[in-house]
Amino acid sequence: MNASTNLNRRSFLAASLVAGGAALSFDARIALAAEPADGAAVVLNAFIRIAADNSVTIGAKNPEIGQGIRTMLPMLIAEELDVDWAQVRIEQTDANDKIYGPQGAGGSRATPVNWLPMRQAGAAARAMLLAAAGKSWGVDPASLTTASGMVVHKASKRSAPYSSFAKEAAAVPAPDLATVPLKPASAFRIIGTPVPGVDTPGITAGKPLFGIDIDLPGMLHAALEISPVFGAIIGSVDDKAARAVKGVIAIVPIHSGGTAPAGSHDAVAVVADSWWTADQARQKLVVNWDNGDKASHSTEGYAKAAAQFLKGAAQTELLRTGDADGALKGAAKVVHADYDYPFLAHATLEPQNCTALYTADGKLEFWAPSQSPGSGRKQAAAMLGISPDAITIHMTRIGGGFGRRLMNDYMVQVAQIAKALPGRPVKLLYTRADDIRHDYYRPAGWHQLSAGLDAGGSLVALKDHFVTFGANGEPVRAAEMEPTEFPAQIVPNVHFGVSYMPTFLTTGWLRAPTSNAMAFVFQSFLDEVAEAAGLDLPEFLRRTLGPARALPQVDRDPPFHTGRARAVIDKVCSKAGWQARRSTDKTGKGRGFGFYFSHAGYFAEVVDITMGEGGSIHIDKVWVAGDIGSQVINPLNALHQVQGSVIEGIGQAMLGQKIDVVAGAVEQSNFHDFPLLRIDAAPPEIVMEFVPSEFPPTGLGEPALPPVIPALANAIYAASGQRLRSLPLKPV
Amino acid sequence: MTISLTINDTKRVVDADPAKPLLWALREDLKLPGTKFGCGAGLCGACTVLLDGQAVRSCQTPIGEAAGHAITTIEHVKTLPQGKLVVDAWIALDVPQCGYCQAGQIMSATSLLTQTPKPSAEEIDSAMSGNICRCSTYLRIRAAIRKAAGLSEAA
Repeated sequence: MNASTNLNRRSFLAASLVAGGAALSFDARIALAAEPADGAAVVLNAFIRIAADNSVTIGAKNPEIGQGIRTMLPMLIAEELDVDWAQVRIEQTDANDKIYGPQGAGGSRATPVNWLPMRQAGAAARAMLLAAAGKSWGVDPASLTTASGMVVHKASKRSAPYSSFAKEAAAVPAPDLATVPLKPASAFRIIGTPVPGVDTPGITAGKPLFGIDIDLPGMLHAALEISPVFGAIIGSVDDKAARAVKGVIAIVPIHSGGTAPAGSHDAVAVVADSWWTADQARQKLVVNWDNGDKASHSTEGYAKAAAQFLKGAAQTELLRTGDADGALKGAAKVVHADYDYPFLAHATLEPQNCTALYTADGKLEFWAPSQSPGSGRKQAAAMLGISPDAITIHMTRIGGGFGRRLMNDYMVQVAQIAKALPGRPVKLLYTRADDIRHDYYRPAGWHQLSAGLDAGGSLVALKDHFVTFGANGEPVRAAEMEPTEFPAQIVPNVHFGVSYMPTFLTTGWLRAPTSNAMAFVFQSFLDEVAEAAGLDLPEFLRRTLGPARALPQVDRDPPFHTGRARAVIDKVCSKAGWQARRSTDKTGKGRGFGFYFSHAGYFAEVVDITMGEGGSIHIDKVWVAGDIGSQVINPLNALHQVQGSVIEGIGQAMLGQKIDVVAGAVEQSNFHDFPLLRIDAAPPEIVMEFVPSEFPPTGLGEPALPPVIPALANAIYAASGQRLRSLPLKPV
Repeated sequence: MTISLTINDTKRVVDADPAKPLLWALREDLKLPGTKFGCGAGLCGACTVLLDGQAVRSCQTPIGEAAGHAITTIEHVKTLPQGKLVVDAWIALDVPQCGYCQAGQIMSATSLLTQTPKPSAEEIDSAMSGNICRCSTYLRIRAAIRKAAGLSEAA
């Protein structure tokens, strides 16, 4: 919105807030407007503009990747501004955290981070309107009320639209955000109601909303030949044939950048007057890559190395409580099992792309489908040697994020291409093969687990040797494990050890990072331990959880509350009619359970399956119970997020999804060898029940995903007796 | 070379290689970016358009072969009776999440209902299995097709 140009000259008010139990220091920086924008509408603050016809334009500040944030954050503002949703228009803001505060799509963080500041932005604007109306009517603002974008003075039976006071309101000093009154939940008229996505009409009409749809006058198109082997550099390039293709304008060698150090993962860009031409010409490039020692890596080699690691002691210790070895020796029953999971790509349906314009005065403008535009700004500035302030970033709608677009390699790449062609906008677009072969993968991992039960069936010892990727005792991105991994904080004797092996592969966060793997490992293993204890998993978890209490907070992780866990376990069992016994008849029908706590959300899920010939699996029904705090902000989108998370988890588990590396390069290239779940494998029904709690609202993009994977694996065990300890699941 | 195409009831001329996929002619030459690039290999369905009323993958259809056929894209689908029913149902049930695949989904659903006005659950899954939705909006896609067909939204 125009705010980015109109407001940066103005003063800012910073609000430091504490959200929930965790200290989330958040800098809201609500900009206070003092002058009308463009003469037509009045800017009340960085997020709100009121037009003469009383229509309200609300700025949506976060990247929209399908999580519904472009609808949800403006709902919070509109609620406290006290306008009707029907009079609201949404505009995407530019990326500028100095004006708008944090603008990322990751970690299911947008709800807890913005729940108060966005409401305060709306409430502050409403208070300014009331002050202006009171002055104009000569009455105490405290005697005024609002409804549907109108100011009302009951005593004198006067009412007037916000627009009639907007200009004066903009000159009113902004109230203290920390004390501006907010509505009680009982007064919510927008929050808690089902609001359809603001872009649904545009999407269904084929409007150009996405990064790939950006079209600028004189725009050029780039295709990119990236070194197949991770970390390779350009040896030599023969581009004669490519240059000869009609329409080719330039060949630009570039250094991938992103998070890889400059000069360690090279590429060659072919720039043409059309992307199709650029990609055709790219196939005529002859590049000799200097692979160094990078081509020696393979996923097969990693698996062999992991097996070796598991024969010995862990390199480092993550957690030691009590004496796990001693407790295992003295245990009445001991369960051992090894679990593992593969590398995964994100495969967003919109392939990576970005558009950039570099001008001779050293300025750079992006049209970026990024989940983390602020990081992209820093990386591009560093790569080009320009100031971050010389970069403008327009945010586009994004055709799927899932964590892939938290990385900004495409921004750094297109910045280099644009710099070579000053004055011409350039759109970079990956092919599907580029996208799958140059991802930041969910790292593979291996676990060697042991559990000890006492004579009463209580879990008294838990041990894990986790083999993952890293160097110098530090994990690579998204390869970490937390010492709070459930139920480590409850069990009296625990030892978590970790061994790291190096990798050249770039790794990154995939929706519900680490949790999407750990839930499978621990909830499947606990199903085994529960069976040894003669219990089903929900009952075993209830006994392990013990009385309702908050466990000690570790680092900045949200604290785990055993009562909240128990409530979702009880709810899903009651909804699904879970029989308090283990299914042992192995008739081909199976029911499995999984619970997981991640991203501050508590989720318990039940999966019913029917197994057929050769291990084929039909998902009959899925039940989900979740606790994401006191308020589900948009119940319509909440259901969508849960359905999407559950089906994505099922897809990860049962389709054979994995990334293989041979001689340093990724084997898979498209949806024939990296399959995504299709409609014919989707369950007929997913039942969702929220369990409200007294805690502040938290996000829903991720926490419903992890438990469905072990629930499915446990259902396969119930149906067939096959205990599958390796993802992707391969039942027979 | 110049190739004449009939796009959305309008004659359009494209000056390009006849081997250029229809997808890229639509997006680049004809400025109709509603049709999406997902895989370039006919595997995901994001690029689905109607060719003489049949759903085809425009990334696998060279413009040389599209000449002489009536092509309908997402930008124009609401002018078809089934297309309007499908789009209205999509909006009513708020089907999209990220929305990137939805143009292709709508075109496939329109083609299905044109040929099979009252599809069974199996016919819906079969007709739509060529269209990937990475956000997994499948439950709403099924319900929206049933709604557009005048069937109960539940299976």
